[in-house]
Formats: sequence, C-alpha cells, structure tokens
Amino acid sequence: MMDFGFVLSKSSTVDLNKVDLSMYRQLEKLSPDVRTCMACGSCSATCTAAPYSGMSVRKVILGLQRGNDVSAMLSNCMLCGKCTMVCPRGINTRNLILNLCRIHETGGRNDR
Amino acid sequence: MIYQGKQKIWSDYQKDIPDDHWFYARSCIRQNFFPASEKYFLEITKGLLGKDICDNEHHTTCGGIAYHSDTIPQETAMTIVARQFAIMTECGYENLVVSCITSFGNYNETIETWREFPELEAKIRENLWKACRREFKIPKYVAHASDLIYKFRNEIAAKAVNRLVDRNTGEPLRVVEHIGCHYSKMFPHKGFGGAEYPCVLSGMVESWGGRVIDYPERRHCCGYGFRQYHVKANRGYCVSNTYKKFESMEPFHPDMIITNCPGCPYFLDRWQYVISEQTGKTYGQNGYGIPVLTYEELAGLMLGYDPWDLGLQTHQVAVEPLLDKIGVKYDPAAKYLGVNKEDIMRPELPQFLKCH
Repeated sequence: MMDFGFVLSKSSTVDLNKVDLSMYRQLEKLSPDVRTCMACGSCSATCTAAPYSGMSVRKVILGLQRGNDVSAMLSNCMLCGKCTMVCPRGINTRNLILNLCRIHETGGRNDR
Repeated sequence: MIYQGKQKIWSDYQKDIPDDHWFYARSCIRQNFFPASEKYFLEITKGLLGKDICDNEHHTTCGGIAYHSDTIPQETAMTIVARQFAIMTECGYENLVVSCITSFGNYNETIETWREFPELEAKIRENLWKACRREFKIPKYVAHASDLIYKFRNEIAAKAVNRLVDRNTGEPLRVVEHIGCHYSKMFPHKGFGGAEYPCVLSGMVESWGGRVIDYPERRHCCGYGFRQYHVKANRGYCVSNTYKKFESMEPFHPDMIITNCPGCPYFLDRWQYVISEQTGKTYGQNGYGIPVLTYEELAGLMLGYDPWDLGLQTHQVAVEPLLDKIGVKYDPAAKYLGVNKEDIMRPELPQFLKCH
C-alpha cells in the first residue's frame, strides 16, 4: 500500500436497516419519554460522574439509537438524579438509566 | 395535504433570478482542476443560448480560501469582494453570476454582513478607495453558475443530442448529486430548494433523463473543508469524509456523480485513487471508479461536445465506461492530445483503480 503521509479512518456510517435496535425498542416501552430527547447534552454537562468515568446519558441514548453496546457506561452512573433535574424536556433520566440496567440484567426478557 | 398547499410551500423554496445580463466571476481553482468547465459555461450560455455574460479579465480570487483557512481577516476578504463588485459596476452590470460555491457563499456573506452592519460597509468602501480609487454598487442578484444552468435546463434538454439513459438497457442512469456546502447551507434562501431540499442538480439530472439516487450521507461534506485539506496533518480527516460518502453510496450502484463546487469534484474524483491505494477498494463496476463530472461537463456531454474538448481526460477516474453507457462518440487515440493536437503525455497508471 502506498504511504501518503496520512491514513483513512474507519467509516462511521450507520446503516439503520442493519443495526440491532431491540434494546432501544424495549427502553421505549418502559420509558416512552426517551423519544422526546433532543440530544442537548444538559444531562451530560451536569453529570458528576462524567469527568471521571466518561458517563453521558446523551451518549447512552445516541448509542442505543445506533445499536451500540452501552453497558460499560451504565455501570458508571451513581443514580444521583442531577440529570433529571436539568432536562429541558422533563425526561426522567434517572428512571431511564434504571430501566436500562434492568433490561441489561434480564437480557431483555423482562418488559416490566 | 392539498395540491395547492404543497405548491405554495414549495414556492417558498424557489428563487427568481434574471434571465440575462450577468457579470461572470470565475473561480481561482476550477481552471486548474477542471479546465474546460468555465469555458463551456460561457459556450453554452453565451454561444448556444445567446445570453449576455460579461467575462472580465481584471477580477481576481474572492479570497475565500484564505479567509476560510484563517490566513486573512474578514475585512481583507471583504475588500477583495468589494473590488470585484467595483469591476462589475464599471462594466455596467448589476447581476453577479459566480462560478465557485465558496465565492458564492463569500459574496453572500459579505452582502449579508453589510446589511447587518452598515458601518462595516462604509469602512470597506473607504478601504477600497484608499487602495485602488474604486467605487461600487452592491449587486442586485448574486446567483451561482449552476443556478443559470438549472434555470435553462429544459432549453438545454431540448437541444441535447444525448440523454442520461443507458443505451443498452434503456434505463435511466443512476446519478448521485453532490451540492457544495456553501451553496445553501449558509444562506438557505439563496439556493434553489433551500438547505432542506436543494434541487439545483437533481433538477438538471431529471430534465436530462437520469434518475437521482438517495443515500444516507447524501448531504455530507465532500471532505475538502479548507483547513482539513490544506493542513497536511488534517488530511486524513479530509479523505475519511470522502471515504464515508463512498461507503454510503456504494450499495446504490451509482453510474456517475454530478457536482457544482470546485472542491467537491476534485476530491470525490482524486480521493478514489487514494482510497484504492490505501484499501485496494474501487467503487465503480469492473475495477473502475465512479466518474465525477461538473454540471458544465455534463451539460456539454448532453449537448454533444467532444469529451476531450470538455477536459474529461484530466479526471483521475476514467470516464469511458460512462461515455459508452450514454453512447457518446469519442476517439480513444485523441484522449491525450491537447490544443493543436499536441501530445500532453499520459499519466502513470494506479495500482488498483482501473483506468484507460
């Protein structure tokens, strides 16, 4: 291969026809307000754990919408609920994270 | 939604531009990248359609590349633009047609800034007077050259000898249209179709018999982005953008790409070679790439001009498979004969990307 002095990055294209959205669909059932998220990032900006652990509710929701595995990020949430207090759309983000943890624990079998 | 309602909403996305009497502002880089495009814009509008287009040798670059690369301040860029307006005014024209998308954005940005900050306009007028004793009027209309071709697309279709149809199957060719970012993403009301439904190129393709294909990254930047390419350390980001677009359009098997910006055709064309050398992958059929044409080159092909006069031999990706599909007659032996039939020499062949 020829060396041009720069390299290609892997394409970040997301094909929504191919990604697995089952986790997001289950979350929609348990926390329908996730649909109103506009990805403003207020939750991430106010998160106490974010600077130390990379936790971001915005990234969790975006990751689920793209079919990515977000379990590692979930384990960093301390459930303090500050994100819920600042959400301009009034999404109960703390409850959303709890529901996601439940889905992960049960492997998606429990739709409570 | 009732039909009249749709028509009314769509009319908000249209713009009305004058038929005639334009001052032509050339691009500083297109004549190197795609040398015949501007010549054939004038050939088609002046020669074929009989329009009054003033092509003046005294205007310069608009300063857009330097401005967007952060090497000159905005006031300097505005004074350059003011000088172009002064030359247009001296030539007796009020409508400006611009060859380059960056310039189009730059002229509109300047005019909009002056509208918001009249004191800045006064300062630029003073700068221009001190620098070269010139005065100017702000153009009544600023249009991009593709707007004019779009406006006259049906007249061109009526005179066309070729159509965007596969002559073997009778099917319309599958065309990707790529519009430069500064066309309507900066000032949506300045472009046909606005930022949401820009139709300047898709309108041409449909009028000339082709089928526009939609794909996920259709409105993604080509990757040029000035500081991405001009700073070598960022160049990987530039080519990765282009790579992302090609990965996205590949499943839809486009026959060709049409563009209306100086940078986009260059990078969509040349980066296919770089991607092939880095990954071994090509995106066209049988090891070829996907030909990338400017709208003037495509209009020229439809009107029956010789592909080598249109400068298609200067493209990295071989255009012969496309010419064969459309049924354009060409002389393979004349590909590398320039003006006065002088040999312009053959390029070195790439390792993976198949070329003639």
